[in-house]
Amino acid sequence: MRQEAFESRHAATWATFETWIDALSTPRFAQRSEHESRETISKNFPAMYRQVCHHLALARTRRYSIALQQRLNQLALDGHQHMYRTRTPFLTSIGLFLARDFPATFRKEWRFMLASTLLFYLPALVMALAVVLLPETIYSLLDPGSVSRMEEMYDPANEAIGRERGSDSDFQMFGFYIYNNISIGFRTFAGGLLFGLGSLFFLIFNGLYFGAVSTHLTVAGFTETFWPFVSGHSSFELTAITIFGGVGLMLGYGALAPGRMTRWQSIRSRAQSGLPLIYGGTLMLVAAAFVEAFWSSTVWPPASFKYSVGAFLWVLHGLYFFLLGRNES
Amino acid sequence: MLLDTAYNIGTPEGVELRLPVAGLAPRSLAWLIDALIKFLSLTVLSIILELLGDLGTGIYLLLIFGLLWFYNVLFEIFNHGATPGKRALGIRVMNANGTPVGWSGSLLRNLIRVVDALPGCYAFGCIAVLLSRQFQRLGDLAAGTIVVYAPRQTVGSKPGDVPPVPLKAHLSLDEQQAIVSFGERANFLNAERAEELAAILDPMLDGVDRNALVGHANWLIGERKLP
Repeated sequence: MRQEAFESRHAATWATFETWIDALSTPRFAQRSEHESRETISKNFPAMYRQVCHHLALARTRRYSIALQQRLNQLALDGHQHMYRTRTPFLTSIGLFLARDFPATFRKEWRFMLASTLLFYLPALVMALAVVLLPETIYSLLDPGSVSRMEEMYDPANEAIGRERGSDSDFQMFGFYIYNNISIGFRTFAGGLLFGLGSLFFLIFNGLYFGAVSTHLTVAGFTETFWPFVSGHSSFELTAITIFGGVGLMLGYGALAPGRMTRWQSIRSRAQSGLPLIYGGTLMLVAAAFVEAFWSSTVWPPASFKYSVGAFLWVLHGLYFFLLGRNES
Repeated sequence: MLLDTAYNIGTPEGVELRLPVAGLAPRSLAWLIDALIKFLSLTVLSIILELLGDLGTGIYLLLIFGLLWFYNVLFEIFNHGATPGKRALGIRVMNANGTPVGWSGSLLRNLIRVVDALPGCYAFGCIAVLLSRQFQRLGDLAAGTIVVYAPRQTVGSKPGDVPPVPLKAHLSLDEQQAIVSFGERANFLNAERAEELAAILDPMLDGVDRNALVGHANWLIGERKLP
């Protein structure tokens, strides 16, 4: 068949298909009157799409002009995009995600979670011991300026001036915690792509830092300001950091031990299976920032009450990750 | 076609879809435009939020966070795979299997951006783009996404208005296709270049010139109203 006859015979089909693509690409609320209803379109779309693919194959084997081939290629590609679109029900299934997928994935990848937990807390423990035995060890990690700033922040003596904040500055700190902490979390994860080295670095460094600062402030006698402040959000924040580190280790392991897959295939599949942990870790850090800005900074509750809340949240975390989502996984 | 950057996607319908992947230059320019947009909007917003005091600072930090990590993700998901910068350059992101990029793909490729940016000036990302077959940076490789040229309207799909001229010589399908392509492009070439190209065929088709070749093209696609 000559190209011109082919074109004139199928022009109407292609034009209709084009309007359908246009209708499907416009959001529902912006549908125009000339568009056919979505029901009609979705009923007839697959058949028409296969026809267009057939026309494209014909146009190629018959060596029709490049312009026609390009047009059909484009039509088929647009059709392909609508045909095989996967809509991830991201916001609608968030309840299911929290009740099942997140804790289930956490348990499924328990080896990596355990590894990153150890990589975070062991250096913290070592550093804590070192600071107790040799208090000046802290200066190997922080310069004297930051140490004295840290001391100033938690000095019980300036409690009257520094600690009580208005709600405005609570919100400022909320913004800061979101920006700072979640960025650290994301970097801890992404660094894992470098054969796990980035995650390893962030986990160990943050562990050392955490051990050094908390022990130093305890030894310096600032317990009544420091520990009540951090106890509330500690469960969210520390667990989230180890989760991000763990997913980073998964990436690194995928790169180091691809098994029967190619290296990038292995990384991709590890990243895919770690994705629920990234979503969950992000939510946890948002929660941590919220608690840290609006609860941890309050001074009216007695220290014992704040410790109870902190302990309660830790227990809640344990129950959540070990009990939820068991029957379906 | 060997020099082409076309990327082929096999579909269940048994045809291959062809897409030109975008290389380092358009992607860097798109990034630059996006960076400018982010910088300018933050500057303007910081002036307004300054008036709100500490509350303003909080909102400002939230905005930096949002722009830093989710600017690309949200645009790629809700704007057919293109940030404003990519749209300006006519490129967009899609999954490597030709489907629109979703939350998982977009989030992964944009989180791993921090590794691409290492050790500075996106050096890792640039090296990865230059070395990988489909011009993918590390984030693309880990998320299984590609950056391709968004379709442009195809121009000149009809050869010029010249009466069809029957072909005497026997030509292969590829040769016929070349003549039809010439016919479609003839209007976009200047006269001298068109004559020069037509003259290549002189030994094959006796005394052929631009108009005769466009006529042949019209005859080949099927026009039969002979003069």
